[in-house]
Amino acid sequence: MSADKLVDYDEVLTRYEPLIGLETHVELGTASKMFCGCSTVFGAEPNTQTCPVCLGLPGALPVANEAAIEATIRIGLALGCRIATWCRFARKNYFYPDIPKGFQTSQYDEPLCTAGHLDVEVDGETYRVEIERVHLEEDTGKNLHVGGATGRIHGADHSLVDYNRAGIPLVEIVTRPIPGAGAKAPEVARAYVTELREIVKTLGVSDVKMEQGSLRCDVNLSLAPVGGLEWGTRTETKNVNSLRSVERSVRYEMRRQAAVLDDGLRIVQETRHFHEDTGSTSSGRSKEEATDYRYFPEPDLVPLAPDEEWVAKLAATLPELPAARRVRLSEEWGLSATEMAWLLNAGALDLVGDTVAAGAPPADARKWWLGELARRANDAGVELPELAVTPGQVAELVGLVAAGTINDQLARQVLDGVLAGEGDPAAVVESRGLAVMGESDELVAAVDAAIAGAPDVVAKVQGGKVQALGALVGAVMKTTRGKADAATVKRMLEERLL
Amino acid sequence: MSSPVNDARASSAGDGGAERVRSRGEDSTVTSMTVTELQAALKDGATSVDLTRAYLDRIAADDGTLGAYLHVDPETALETAAAVDAAGRAGTGLAGLPVALKDVVVTEGVPTTSGSKILQGWLPPYDATVAARLKGAGTVLLGKTNMDEFAMGSSTENSAYRVTRNPWNPERIPGGSSGGSSAAVAGGLAPWAIGTDTGGSIRQPAALTGLVGHKPTYGSVSRYGLIAFSSSLDQAGPMARTVLDAALLHEAIGGHDPLDSTSIDVPLPVLAESARRGAAGDLSGLTVGVVRELGGDGHAEGYETGVLARFAEAVALLESLGAEVREVSCPAFDLALPAYYLIAPSEASSNLARFDGVRYGLRVGDDGTRDLDEVMALTREQGFGPEVKRRIILGTYALSSGYYEAYYGQAQKVRTLISRDFNAAFDSADGSRVDVLVSPTTPTVAFPLGARVDDPIAMYAADLCTLPASLAGVPAISVPCGLSDGLPVGLQIMAPALADDRCYRVAAALEAAQDAARGFRFLDQLTRRTADATEGAA
Ligand SMILES: [Zn+2]
Repeated sequence: MSADKLVDYDEVLTRYEPLIGLETHVELGTASKMFCGCSTVFGAEPNTQTCPVCLGLPGALPVANEAAIEATIRIGLALGCRIATWCRFARKNYFYPDIPKGFQTSQYDEPLCTAGHLDVEVDGETYRVEIERVHLEEDTGKNLHVGGATGRIHGADHSLVDYNRAGIPLVEIVTRPIPGAGAKAPEVARAYVTELREIVKTLGVSDVKMEQGSLRCDVNLSLAPVGGLEWGTRTETKNVNSLRSVERSVRYEMRRQAAVLDDGLRIVQETRHFHEDTGSTSSGRSKEEATDYRYFPEPDLVPLAPDEEWVAKLAATLPELPAARRVRLSEEWGLSATEMAWLLNAGALDLVGDTVAAGAPPADARKWWLGELARRANDAGVELPELAVTPGQVAELVGLVAAGTINDQLARQVLDGVLAGEGDPAAVVESRGLAVMGESDELVAAVDAAIAGAPDVVAKVQGGKVQALGALVGAVMKTTRGKADAATVKRMLEERLL
Repeated sequence: MSSPVNDARASSAGDGGAERVRSRGEDSTVTSMTVTELQAALKDGATSVDLTRAYLDRIAADDGTLGAYLHVDPETALETAAAVDAAGRAGTGLAGLPVALKDVVVTEGVPTTSGSKILQGWLPPYDATVAARLKGAGTVLLGKTNMDEFAMGSSTENSAYRVTRNPWNPERIPGGSSGGSSAAVAGGLAPWAIGTDTGGSIRQPAALTGLVGHKPTYGSVSRYGLIAFSSSLDQAGPMARTVLDAALLHEAIGGHDPLDSTSIDVPLPVLAESARRGAAGDLSGLTVGVVRELGGDGHAEGYETGVLARFAEAVALLESLGAEVREVSCPAFDLALPAYYLIAPSEASSNLARFDGVRYGLRVGDDGTRDLDEVMALTREQGFGPEVKRRIILGTYALSSGYYEAYYGQAQKVRTLISRDFNAAFDSADGSRVDVLVSPTTPTVAFPLGARVDDPIAMYAADLCTLPASLAGVPAISVPCGLSDGLPVGLQIMAPALADDRCYRVAAALEAAQDAARGFRFLDQLTRRTADATEGAA
């Protein structure tokens, strides 16, 4: 895909300082669209969720969705923003088939929320990300390019447009440039989007599914020579649709731009596209710079003037935000800062929380997710949430161990069954016959056999070296393939030998 | 020329209703009646089919030369009328009364072009609120009237489809952009019609054809379903033969609409009753301000002497009815024209961006050899007429980065100054307060067809007097005030926002006094003249 020259990442940092900026679009989960009553449900047949307003038919007029305005204000409040007492929508004029009116109704110099911030933590260090603005706009339709090899507009036989998405409320959250991240710039970018996603999810205003496009990220990046006073030209990478991609795209652009600058060339101010498969970016519209959107206040809508009392009420009723929740949970669950950071990075905080909610003691929930399950996710090369086990199943597993039905070693085998899709832990115990053995005939026979099979060990034990008993316990465990309870076996041996 | 009532009777199965219509007097052919007379006829037994057929006959006979309509569907109109008759609704409220709509009003299943080739063939899937309300009231749609393309123009000569002539003189323009509506009503091809007014497009054609035309307070009539020209200025309103008729039509279309965010959520003032009270002729206690900047001392350049004479006589008549008259200066009105020609084209350049050939209407050049940008450009190149292109270019320039403040921004400031002039006149506490402001509606009578088509600036000057009320969003009515060179002259009455009732009251007083002095209604002069001409020819 790309023949870009790249500089080795560590080397980039010896000569350049990165400056990142993020523009994040969040599709709100309101029942109806931003300016009409059409449904916003994802995945409907093309153009079935449309009306004269969102199709931009002649004469149709917009009416602003109050639930979307409320959701935007709540996001702004959660980010510590100032909420405008009076602001307007604006028309962003440009021609493209996926915008039905020939302009996008957005906000320009009067955003609903301004001047907020979000603190993110990477490797124990806190980075403050300043939020420049949070504004409300409408989403575009989707172009489908039919025919041709690439699915892109060039080479396509013809194009179709689906306007179901057109007019869905979209919140744009724009950071100020984030300096000082240095080598950690890719991780800081990722941590910011992760944290923002957590906040939006906590507010319940969007399902923030990056894979469905309800959270989309544009990553701005520029480099400055180390010690230099001026930042270089920035590029804006679009289509960055997973947390991992955010990190990779920053890394890639740092390496690419460094190579361009090393060659004494200039960075072109342009839109670039991120390619999930190769992890590279490619040049998009460079005429973007020349586009004059001719913004002006939208005359079809009245100004927004959020009532002070209303905003105060919204502020007072914000839910516990992720940062505060983490502090509380760290205490309740006895997590170290590193463990908490790890859980967060792995996207596993909710998994632990849900496991606790399903009845497992916090210490056990943490032990399983951070230990055995993390190891298996790592071995399988997937993210923790992608493992085929639910928090409810983990809680059940913990319960079976606590009840003595299984021991830790058996529990791992039970987990094998659960991950293999054999059902819930209790069912796997049953089907695989993994329950701990009681003092059954089978166990008695195994104990007797161990004693009979190792007269030298027996002599040692009876001669006073009680710790030698461990070898006999091990032998019994081996014969029973781990199904015996070690403590029971030890007691049985003691009864017979001492 | 006119369709005698017994034509209508022929189709009404001899129920005698049409005969009673005839008995009302020498001029009482259906197509020269006021709406209140038509209502009475319906109550007396005439049917909606009678009335509808009478107008359809006139359209069939005269519209070939007049050019008022872009679309007429006689069959559907008669079916609608028959349904109203069958339901027994005719005569209650507006039910059974025919009406014409300017083609800028979106009508479900009825072709709607806004006078442009780019919308040729488009069948809208929905009704404008104005259309829906008239439909709900049981009116019968006669057809869609011609207009300047996208309402941009003052003579209807910018229509992509046909020339519309002034019924008073077929070599003259009928005004614009609602010239199809004005010609239809003045020519007896509709009892009344809906027009839209962005900078004078109801009042100017009403004035030039001897009608009453009212531009309501901005936000008091829904814009939902009006094909937008300039969103912050567009208003639909009535065009009618009398002040009372206009008030009745306004009441039918006005009032809050949740589909239009800029619609004002207050009850409509009582309009028809204000017109009736006004017609009693007592204006004592009312203060009338004559705007110096609109044809007064030092500002008369470009105004015809006949127009100024009729205006002065009308003001004297208002005074004789008890009104106190004083001159008022509104200095910012001088800046209305340049401000308007920045704001309206700016908004238009954005409003007309949706006509790209992708979803509806004309598409040019989509033959598989051209890319999307080329198809869009070709469609717009061939779909828009020269005046529309001129304004799109003007507006695009005015909004472009680096020029925005100097043009659009400055124009908005002028708009604020104009509003302040109105406020100073209507609200000042120092005793100089006036209840209404008056001016000529237009500087000249209807000019000859073709006279200004090559001179946009001269064409724009036709809206000189009507622009201030548009920019300030205040209501203004045009009412006939006499003839100059045998052509109608209009007087404009402007009132504070939401005081539309004042326009109707004063206009009705003037109308009644003039009718009394003349001995017949203003438009009857035209009817008589047409009748004489027909006899002469015979
Ligand atoms: Zn819709």
